[in-house]
Amino acid sequence: MIGNEHRMSTGTLVEPYQQLRKATLARDRGLREKVMSLEEAAGLVKNGEHVAIGGCTLSRTPIAMIWALIRARKQDLTVSRSITSTEGDLLLASGVCKHIITSWFSQGIVWGVSKVMRHYTEAKLARFDEWSHMSIGLRYRAGAMGVPFMPSRSMVGSDVGKRVGDQIRTMACPFTGEQVTLLPALNPDVALIHVQRCDAYGNAQLDGLQFMDIDMAMAANRVILTTERIVSNDQIRRTPDATRIPFFTVEAVVEAPMGCAPHECYGVYEPFFSSLDDYAERVSKDAVAGCKQYLEEFYHAPKSWPEYLDKLGMDAVLDACRRGRSVHND
Amino acid sequence: MTKHDRAGAYTASELLAVMASRLLKDGQIVFAGVGIPLLAATLAQRNFAPHLTILFEGGTIGPFIVPGELPPSTNEQRCTRRANMVLPITDVLLLLQRGYVDVGFMGGAQIDRFGNLNSSFIGDSDNPKIRLPGTGGGNDISSLTDMIVAMKHEKRRFVADVDFITSPGWIKGRRTRAEAGLPQGGMWRVVTDLAILGFDDQTREMKVLALHQGVTREQVQENTGFELLFDSKLETAEPPRPEELAVLRELDPERLYTA
Repeated sequence: MIGNEHRMSTGTLVEPYQQLRKATLARDRGLREKVMSLEEAAGLVKNGEHVAIGGCTLSRTPIAMIWALIRARKQDLTVSRSITSTEGDLLLASGVCKHIITSWFSQGIVWGVSKVMRHYTEAKLARFDEWSHMSIGLRYRAGAMGVPFMPSRSMVGSDVGKRVGDQIRTMACPFTGEQVTLLPALNPDVALIHVQRCDAYGNAQLDGLQFMDIDMAMAANRVILTTERIVSNDQIRRTPDATRIPFFTVEAVVEAPMGCAPHECYGVYEPFFSSLDDYAERVSKDAVAGCKQYLEEFYHAPKSWPEYLDKLGMDAVLDACRRGRSVHND
Repeated sequence: MTKHDRAGAYTASELLAVMASRLLKDGQIVFAGVGIPLLAATLAQRNFAPHLTILFEGGTIGPFIVPGELPPSTNEQRCTRRANMVLPITDVLLLLQRGYVDVGFMGGAQIDRFGNLNSSFIGDSDNPKIRLPGTGGGNDISSLTDMIVAMKHEKRRFVADVDFITSPGWIKGRRTRAEAGLPQGGMWRVVTDLAILGFDDQTREMKVLALHQGVTREQVQENTGFELLFDSKLETAEPPRPEELAVLRELDPERLYTA
């Protein structure tokens, strides 16, 4: 297994190409069923690995899988995501993660600056590496393309660029002579991605916004898919144009209905606004104690994922579903 | 806040949205954040710019927001209603780099005399007083296209030098932006609840172009943490019209972004 520790020990920011190819070659890429439970899938994530999280802000966040990782008390995960919301608070407060690579980190504009993020980063209990949004995307894309870096034209001239230090470089373009920024490829150990539907092999179809999920899946050394429902391979083959993630990138498929709650899953449910307001209120008084209490009640006490949903409440579930499905009503 | 009382029967946020909307032009491609930028762009579409296209960072091209269903960020399904296309995030941001976007439009936490924005750290970045959420796409948008920023005019927000340049404006003025490797775009307009500001063509220092009705030069200067330039043809902006306010109130009946 090519883990983060190994890459750290080689001292390279970018995973060496031969190592990347070797790890890919070693994977079972056959068309095989890989359906398992949340707990079994959590067992595939090793302490210290780099875990990329699909979706963006409150959308298609793989909450069920994060829930399982927190319950399994993983340690020292490095987490990357395009934009990080409440799941970032929970990953820090649970002790699962002490290093987040993202472009923006707070619950959402309407709820203000995350006090949990503030506590852990200001007290230096956790590291928040800030990259521009496009740069995070191009890092995954370079990883997906099997090239070591991607040229781009932002981050220069700013303190965002300065702060990441020699993780970015600039160079004169060999063709035109103009200055470009070079962004290092990012090949996560694992990508956690939630989708509306996939088959038992891991052929995944996404509705609505894709965010960075396709690049992330191609870049990662393996993918854990959670899905609202598992459909037949025949159904996938009737609309292959809707398939966005191919089965051979996927290591595990978990059926997790309402798997993003209280976040959104396009066309199925909108954000659970009342639950998100409740969370914001809990952490506004005492960020750390409020967040730990939330983890205890919602993440550790429930015996199963359905019990977690039960804790969110039938009213909240139905309201989010009514709003979510309304896109199909016009 | 008494600022908006003197301006009449509308909130400071409504004033910002109306004034900002008037800066947009029909046919433009506008990369908009949620909140005031989205409201202003939608208002422009309704009033005078039917061919204006909104892009959202979440990946949406040309959506129309359903009144009363404003999105909490640019990344939820509410951002995709009646859109022409949805793209991955990276690709919609690359439209900026390719040059398809006329205006980037966002809010700001802290701005300096050269139009640099800070949304990352208050205080020293190694030992911050407050860790803010960060750039999101702000750094990309401000690096790659012309910018409009809408924000409240307060001394603590308008500072001589920002603590941290998250989104580059004119950096240190004159040609420093281009010399830093950013030959395109730059801070174009700053819309506040007191004035509309631009930047001197040569020095790139912030300059007041127009005052809102009932606002004095002195008030603007008092609420700014550095010496402002004033345009020689300083104008007074026309106050929000009832029909403009009506559109905003239809879009945001719960005053999520216009309270």
